[in-house]
Amino acid sequence: MKPRPAYRVFRVVALTFVVLSLLAPLLWMIAASFKTNVDIYDPGKALSFSPTMGNYAKVLQQANYVEFIVNSLWVAFAATVASLILGLPAAYSMSRFNMKKSALVVLMARVIPGVSLLVPWYYVFSNLKMVGGFGVLIISHMFVSLPLVVYIMMGYFDSLPEELEEAGLVDGLTHIGAFRRVILPLSVPGIATSGILSFIFSWNNFMFALVLSDADTKTLPVAIFDFVGYASIDWGGLMAASTVVTLPIMLIALFVQKYVVSGLTAGATKG
Amino acid sequence: MATITTTKTPRSAGAPDTPGWVRWVNDHRKWLFAAPAMAFVAALIVFPLAWTGYLSLTDAEGSVRAESEFVGLQNYFDVLTDTERFWPAVGRTATFTVVALLFEVVLGMAIALLLWRPFKGQRWVRVAILMPLVATPVAVGMMWRLIFDPNIGLANQVLGWVGIGPQPWLAGQHSALPTTIFIDVWQWTPMVVLILLAGLTSLSDEPQEAARIDGASTWQRFRHVTLPLLTPTLTVAILLRGIDALKTFDILYATKGRGGGSFHEVETLNVYAYGLSFDYNEYGVSSTVLILFFLIIIGAMWALTARRKEAQR
Repeated sequence: MKPRPAYRVFRVVALTFVVLSLLAPLLWMIAASFKTNVDIYDPGKALSFSPTMGNYAKVLQQANYVEFIVNSLWVAFAATVASLILGLPAAYSMSRFNMKKSALVVLMARVIPGVSLLVPWYYVFSNLKMVGGFGVLIISHMFVSLPLVVYIMMGYFDSLPEELEEAGLVDGLTHIGAFRRVILPLSVPGIATSGILSFIFSWNNFMFALVLSDADTKTLPVAIFDFVGYASIDWGGLMAASTVVTLPIMLIALFVQKYVVSGLTAGATKG
Repeated sequence: MATITTTKTPRSAGAPDTPGWVRWVNDHRKWLFAAPAMAFVAALIVFPLAWTGYLSLTDAEGSVRAESEFVGLQNYFDVLTDTERFWPAVGRTATFTVVALLFEVVLGMAIALLLWRPFKGQRWVRVAILMPLVATPVAVGMMWRLIFDPNIGLANQVLGWVGIGPQPWLAGQHSALPTTIFIDVWQWTPMVVLILLAGLTSLSDEPQEAARIDGASTWQRFRHVTLPLLTPTLTVAILLRGIDALKTFDILYATKGRGGGSFHEVETLNVYAYGLSFDYNEYGVSSTVLILFFLIIIGAMWALTARRKEAQR
């Protein structure tokens, strides 16, 4: 059934408005990152300005952002790999043995406000001399990404028929072997989905790193605040820093859109 | 979506000549697989939560290592009678969550319905919708901080074109909270769109067709066919978004800094508890606030899931 022409026109107008309101602010941020502070203060130069790389030079050279980019990459990567190693077998077991209550334990991590855990964490990890190291950051980010992996992968394993393992067992594989050689290879799309989402959430995480990192282990979301002074804000530098943090993750999402969407909506339609 | 009911078939592991430990590992795989992840999460939750519960009964402050005295329910009494910071923070948390959620659900539903049926260019609209969602919240806060700047921001320029005077936005004592709600709606409406769109796509066409043949109008079909069928998905969306909205921290901290601004304009429970813990080191009181906050979250979730079960009956 074709929708009526009037509706089609309305749809085009409405969705154009939606797309513009979602993208314009982001484009404005990126544009400002190529302006001098003088141009940012001048409304006449809103769209016609001579682009400068000065802000990026400041961000990458003076503000040491290369180091923070490496920190963010390392923490997000390590937290994602560790979450997959712990989360894949757990999700498999919880799916196959229908361990609803156990799954709830892991999913509790999504509900609890992070602040309520941070004081005890800070105390324990500073006694272990771990605060300011990468270990504690990776552990705290795993607290976000592990439940994500378990949640997404439980749904994925639910959708794989049990006959697959049974065929493997008939062929002489052990249960563990069937998981490793039959189920895991078939789960690559699910693993990609949960891995990408876990990386994004770790990359974007702010509060844990705010408390648990120090000057050398800072991740990008914390480093953004270097451009916010008490008296004044370096808008050009701030927008360049914000773009450096956000643009890579938006590009990733652009290329693996399908996985990101299926991860974000995992389990939503099961009711 | 297909759900597979798992029926366990007891079967010895692999070939008969497997070594004993391999068999043991296979027989105990249920817990060997699940335990590490569960132990990891439990270790990071149970002990800290118990400790937060204990701290809430003490006058701990200054340093976590400092001596503290057991004061019973004194903190709870103090906090629950505190009309200067605590109750306003509860009010702001409730306002923020309810208003943001309301806009996100209504707008999200409208956009999802527009995207429901395939059309040319739909792919690009979906890409645009994904962008705010994956953007780093702190950077999003900074971006809007520039746009809403009263002197140089784009927002007041645009208002100027249509003849409306400049607004204080984030800088105003009464406009700061609505402005942060706007930012939250901008960033998270796409989440609701994606979830509802997944729900809509999984609906079968038959009830729609039947209603059309019976002569139901577009609105009637939405109200009496689509909406009831979509209720479970809608509840999931509200639950997920609601929990995250209650816990919002990043954009509030990025736009207004410590304490939710100099007049605590956007100080929600989460921001208040963070300030008590890490700016003022009032561990006893902050733990009390956190325990109460946690109870509020559990209560809200319980109310929503109870409604959901009722709806399913």
